[in-house]
Amino acid sequence: MSPGTIRKWSWVHKWSSLVCTAFLLLLCITGLPLIFHEEIEHLLGDKPEPPVMAADTPRASLDRIIAAGLARRPGQVVQFVVWDKDEPDVVIVNIARTLVEPFDKSQVMIFDARTAELLMEPGGHVGFMDIMLSLHVDLFAGLPGKLFLGLMGLLFVVAIISGVVLYAPFMRKLPFGTVRKDKATRTRWLDLHNLLGVVTVGWVLVVGATGVINTWADLLIQLWRFDQLADMVTPYAGQPPVGKPGSLDKAMVTAHAAAPGMRPSFVAFPGTLFSSGHHYMVAMRGEAPLTKRLIQPVLVDAQTAGLTDLRKMPWYITSLLVSQPLHFGDYGGLPLKIVWALLDIISIVVLGSGLYLWIARRGVSMDVRLAALAQDDQAVRAGR
Amino acid sequence: MTMRPPSGSTLSLQRIFGVPLLLATVTVIGLVSALLDDGFWDALSWATLALPMLVAAWAIWFRRE
Repeated sequence: MSPGTIRKWSWVHKWSSLVCTAFLLLLCITGLPLIFHEEIEHLLGDKPEPPVMAADTPRASLDRIIAAGLARRPGQVVQFVVWDKDEPDVVIVNIARTLVEPFDKSQVMIFDARTAELLMEPGGHVGFMDIMLSLHVDLFAGLPGKLFLGLMGLLFVVAIISGVVLYAPFMRKLPFGTVRKDKATRTRWLDLHNLLGVVTVGWVLVVGATGVINTWADLLIQLWRFDQLADMVTPYAGQPPVGKPGSLDKAMVTAHAAAPGMRPSFVAFPGTLFSSGHHYMVAMRGEAPLTKRLIQPVLVDAQTAGLTDLRKMPWYITSLLVSQPLHFGDYGGLPLKIVWALLDIISIVVLGSGLYLWIARRGVSMDVRLAALAQDDQAVRAGR
Repeated sequence: MTMRPPSGSTLSLQRIFGVPLLLATVTVIGLVSALLDDGFWDALSWATLALPMLVAAWAIWFRRE
């Protein structure tokens, strides 16, 4: 690599890193507790503990659960019914003032799936984990905040790639894993920055890139609405949206028949972001670690409970769904979460040492400049 | 040819990126394996994703100059 090329790549590495480092440090630090959100919620008692019953206890009617939820919030509407893939004995109901209310404005109620009894109605106070999540996802700024963090993530990816390119000239004469402990502090930290950065580069690239994809979630769902959903509901064009949707229990029978062997992940009610004005969108999922995160939408007429259509999700929604576990690290048990957290801490060290290297070099170049000035002074004096 | 100080030869790109490339490949195997199934595939992901950290720990604390 010629000195000119190296200079160009270091310019790219320096500026892409400098712009994103503060935000990436925030993302790494707030991401740390989020890795363990399930465990923390259990500890804080924010998760329901449904009573133990025989495994074959029949499920309660969903219509009964919905009625119980609406009775607690008269005049409001159900947006979603959700099943927790790790807690099969509960049904989660989202109720809000309007069908298009954002997630954080809706009331969550958690019911026992067998007795239709209300187990928990979280909310009211904003907890520690809510603050961590908002800082991590959108800086309390909604969609613009998400897209801004996505841009920072893209810069981070540029910083990683340019860092890998620069690794070559720096390591030209040093065997892999060299840490020059007897040299100046800056040299030692340069070696640590290079070593820790290069061994974790695969993980950091995947978590960074999937994080960027997650910031586009809202946009991708909108795209799906205009693309596939609009196409599936063309027969309903011009019809007024349903006022009061019919039985969800009947709609579920249709959905199960249309997607045999699958389980429901969630149901979007007619008029919400994930459905049309005339349908229950029943999102069915598989059983394996990957397929239980992918969804097969089944559109069921909300009045007649007849099947309207089912189509495979387009590639961009599937990419979004696959990118979620790869970003969260929640798909391989507690040991994977611990590994995730350790890699996250190493990333914090790489970010911090990168910042230190920049500050330390600025100091050096200033010293050099001062020394040069002093020499000039001497030369001037000698010339007199 | 320009004059270079005789202080050691420069390493080839293969030598420089050999171990990092191997670790990145192992990392990707680990990231995918836990998606495939539970049990063995989870354990494989724990081991493969921990490997880069073990290598770094070796370089920092146990490697001889």
